[in-house]
Amino acid sequence: MIQPVLDIVSWALILAGSFFTIVGAIGLVRMPDVYTRMHAASVTDTLGAGLLLAGLMVQAGLGLVTLKLLFILILFFFMGPVATHALAQAALHAGIKPQLSEDRTERLEERESEGRQP
Amino acid sequence: MFAAAACAVLVALTLAVVRALKGPTVFDRVLAGNSVGTLAILLLAVVGFLTGRPEWLDIAITYGLLNVISTLAILKFFRHGDLAYDAEEEAS
Repeated sequence: MIQPVLDIVSWALILAGSFFTIVGAIGLVRMPDVYTRMHAASVTDTLGAGLLLAGLMVQAGLGLVTLKLLFILILFFFMGPVATHALAQAALHAGIKPQLSEDRTERLEERESEGRQP
Repeated sequence: MFAAAACAVLVALTLAVVRALKGPTVFDRVLAGNSVGTLAILLLAVVGFLTGRPEWLDIAITYGLLNVISTLAILKFFRHGDLAYDAEEEAS
């Protein structure tokens, strides 16, 4: 009785996870600079991996396998932000400027000439 | 169903490799390498279920730990030019 329901739930989760994984990868190729690419890659790290592993958990049922999947999920949730933070800091340190929609240097100079804090 | 998920992960892997080859900066390549690691973990988990051998998850956990360490080590190298960087030495 409960098995078909579990199957449908896990299929939906796995399909959604696959979708977000591909979306993140497309963003990785299509985005214009390194910071926006980080933003796109985080979709794969959180939604894609989270939904996919949740689907596998539902499929596996209670047991050691689910515990291992949970370990992988926790690893993603802690280490993804750490790696991304280190990457952004290293890129900033190397002098790569984020791409802005408008050039703000003129506005900053204007404000400074008016004696205000930027 | 697992086969469809494996195909999706493979497509994403291909796209990540494309970004790693295109560059243009070294940080793009590191980001792509990190994504390849993440997708490899997902692929291992899904293929483990596909072949009915969930023991592959142990390999996936190992890959995850290695992935984090290698990404941080590469970033440290490209940020400081040295893996044995000491912050106190720099300050003095």
